Amino acid sequence: MHSIAKTILSAGLAATLCGYTGFAAAAKTLVYCSEGSPEGFNPQFFTTGTTQDASSVPMMNRLVEFELGTTNIIPALAESWTTTPDGLAYVFKLRKGVKFHGNDKFKPSRNFNVDDVLFSYNRQADPNHPFHKVTPGQTFAYFEDMGMGKIVDKLEKIDEHTVRFTLKHPEASFLANMAMDFASILSAEYADRMMAAGTPAVIDREPIGTGPFQFGSYQKDAVIRYKAFDAYWGGRPKIDNLVYAITPDASVRYAKLKTGECHVMAYPKPADLALMKSDPNITVLTKEGLNVGYIALNVEKKPFDNKLVRQALNMSVDKASILNSVFQGAGKGAKNPIPPTLWSYNEKIKDYPYDVAKAKALLAKAGFPNGFEVDLWYLPVTRPYNPDGKRMAELIQADWAKIGVKAKLVTFEWGEYRKRSKAGEHPSIMFGWSGDNGDPDNFFVPLLGCDAVKGGGNISRWCNKEFEDLIQKAKTTPKQADRARSYLKAQEVFHEEAPWIPIAHSVVFTPVRKNVVGYKIDATSHHFFTRVDLKN
Amino acid sequence: MLGFVLRRAGLVVPTFIGITLLVFSLIHLIPGDAVEAMSGERGMDPARYARLLHEFGLDRPLYVQYFDYLGLVLQGDLGRSLITHEPVLKEFMTLFPATLELSLCAITLALLAGLPAGILAALKRNTFLDYSVMGVSLTGYSMPIFWWALLLIMLFSVTLGWTPVSGRIDIVYDIPRVTGFMLIDGLVSGEPGALKSALSHLVLPAIALGTIPLAVIARMTRSAMLEVLREDYVRTARAKGLPQWRVIGLHVLRNALIPIVTLIGLQVGTLLAGAILTETIFSWPGIGKWLVEAIHRRDYQVVQGGILMSASIIIVVNLVVDVLYGVINPRIRHRA
Repeated sequence: MHSIAKTILSAGLAATLCGYTGFAAAAKTLVYCSEGSPEGFNPQFFTTGTTQDASSVPMMNRLVEFELGTTNIIPALAESWTTTPDGLAYVFKLRKGVKFHGNDKFKPSRNFNVDDVLFSYNRQADPNHPFHKVTPGQTFAYFEDMGMGKIVDKLEKIDEHTVRFTLKHPEASFLANMAMDFASILSAEYADRMMAAGTPAVIDREPIGTGPFQFGSYQKDAVIRYKAFDAYWGGRPKIDNLVYAITPDASVRYAKLKTGECHVMAYPKPADLALMKSDPNITVLTKEGLNVGYIALNVEKKPFDNKLVRQALNMSVDKASILNSVFQGAGKGAKNPIPPTLWSYNEKIKDYPYDVAKAKALLAKAGFPNGFEVDLWYLPVTRPYNPDGKRMAELIQADWAKIGVKAKLVTFEWGEYRKRSKAGEHPSIMFGWSGDNGDPDNFFVPLLGCDAVKGGGNISRWCNKEFEDLIQKAKTTPKQADRARSYLKAQEVFHEEAPWIPIAHSVVFTPVRKNVVGYKIDATSHHFFTRVDLKN
Repeated sequence: MLGFVLRRAGLVVPTFIGITLLVFSLIHLIPGDAVEAMSGERGMDPARYARLLHEFGLDRPLYVQYFDYLGLVLQGDLGRSLITHEPVLKEFMTLFPATLELSLCAITLALLAGLPAGILAALKRNTFLDYSVMGVSLTGYSMPIFWWALLLIMLFSVTLGWTPVSGRIDIVYDIPRVTGFMLIDGLVSGEPGALKSALSHLVLPAIALGTIPLAVIARMTRSAMLEVLREDYVRTARAKGLPQWRVIGLHVLRNALIPIVTLIGLQVGTLLAGAILTETIFSWPGIGKWLVEAIHRRDYQVVQGGILMSASIIIVVNLVVDVLYGVINPRIRHRA
């Protein structure tokens, strides 16, 4: 009896051990501690980074994509493309031999072709498309926000692997738009099959794409599982399983990274960074973010209609101390309205120096030797471009006091703040912007263009003919080098006119375990694991 | 007895009506516009606004809106989430087992540790033991859950490495959902080690959530015991020469239990409130975390439905406790 028990016990133990070692050798599983549950798995419906990270990033491709780590546009499902000289038509040559994922309801019978492009686009564009409304209550938010319907005139199949987009007017950021998440390519065959089965909405819940990972399973608020897609056109990922451990608390994500329960974590707290950097098991990757935080001076209100006043205020702000105490080192001083990661960033611009005496002199020249009183509106919430609006406002208030400008700090509930600032009620206001398609147009036009004064996005309400002509010209110029020239010049105008006090571009951090190889921070703040490996 | 139960159940109706009124007013009380809140859209054109206003029935008199709402609630229709477009009740039922599992473990832990601690403290009144139990329980009672939970993680998970940091089970286990209770699902899945993994994930959150009820129960047990110990019938029992265990077990404890049972009922509210923090910190996919996310996302339908369901649960549990109370204490049953 005794020996039988012993035998069973040791056999069980051995089996367990074998099981574990077998498991470790068989599959490489990377665990990513993500910050929240996705809203769904169809990237056409949603605009948040959390949802894109869980859908379009691991499982889908676009015709063109952003090169990882930059905002350069590279071929993806389109092997190449040509543009007509008038910039009104784009012809994409599609990649051949690209396979779609399968699941228990669907096995693809054909490779990716032009029908999938037509389906993915028309589903969003055409209100009468059979798939436009199959998932109740969902709208194609990003497609509409980007005004794609106003940009694209029509879409034609030329042959099985060639598609032509005809635009209503030249739009230089069209390619960048096509690289965004909402332009991900879904399978038309899957859609037809599910429609025939009477369950069309399944395609939005159980996603099929061409991406490096295929959908495994999802437990709301707990875990998402993906498997490497063996037939991925870009080469099979090096890891076998990708698991998102949904962990909303940043301190807990850090604890899990520390104990090795996850390999990569999203969005660390700035306060934890120093400790993370000193941990021998953790590497903290950094990258300047695609964003800008600024103070906008309302040029429609006195005394900000005076350029000298705006320049004086620019000189009076000590950006270095803001970077230290508000961003805790996790930011880079800003001098232009676009971040340095974006092409056409003007390196040559010399930022206004922090110079109290000079600022005072300028203010005197403008007719305010004793300064003036003004309201400064500050952000009521934490944003990616600004971790602490109140603290920043207090520092600026102290800086301005040194040149005699007495600022009263004002704020509102976030919805109210946006509403009132859109209406132009503020004299000076703290704001910011995170870019999402890597095109400078995505900063200049919505933040500083003349139309955006009416729309409310241009909250310094600054409409400058020279600047406007430059950015409008760049919008319709096909060649990037020519566009860059316009943008470089536009930044000079911006610097001279000083409608903003650009404060900072916040830095993005991604802590990873030491055994994670090849992880790169994406420029549009997605998390890609396609080329990541784990070493023992 | 049946009459007693019915009388108690009758008292629940006005409470429930009060809650539905409160939850119903929520959408009108929040800052901003009710149509925008209900649809989750901003800056829509007047035509769409008017259509939605009509669709949501917000153009009708308030009392009509309320009765419509009540009618839907009674049919089990709590609306759909603005974000996921799933029925709110379905989401609730999917996530509730996780919260129930955690809360049951927390309250069990609180009872297993709190009752004996309170009894011991009462019996050894004014000794070092008594002071220690009372001191520790006061500390536990005043500990903010989020901070306590992080301390537990720092000590047991990060420094000692005894327990995992968060989640319900190790990610190597892909356990099919049967009941929604991870301990049961882990057991029936037959995967070796699944149950152990689920248990080790449950320990820290259960301690974090159970600490306040534990402290409250220990303190209440002590004072209830002390009160009963002073009663004449206890002196009589002692004078009769009954052994100590019979005096304590039969006469003191049974009578002291009455206020304690009420207290346990009241702890359901504490547990559900604590679950919001505990679940967020331990990434526990229950209704607490679900509600927090709904608030962050301005998903008012979920907030409404979630509050209504949580409040209903608290009412029902307290009804059950009231009935139990009657079982333990015949005086209550007959007087009421």
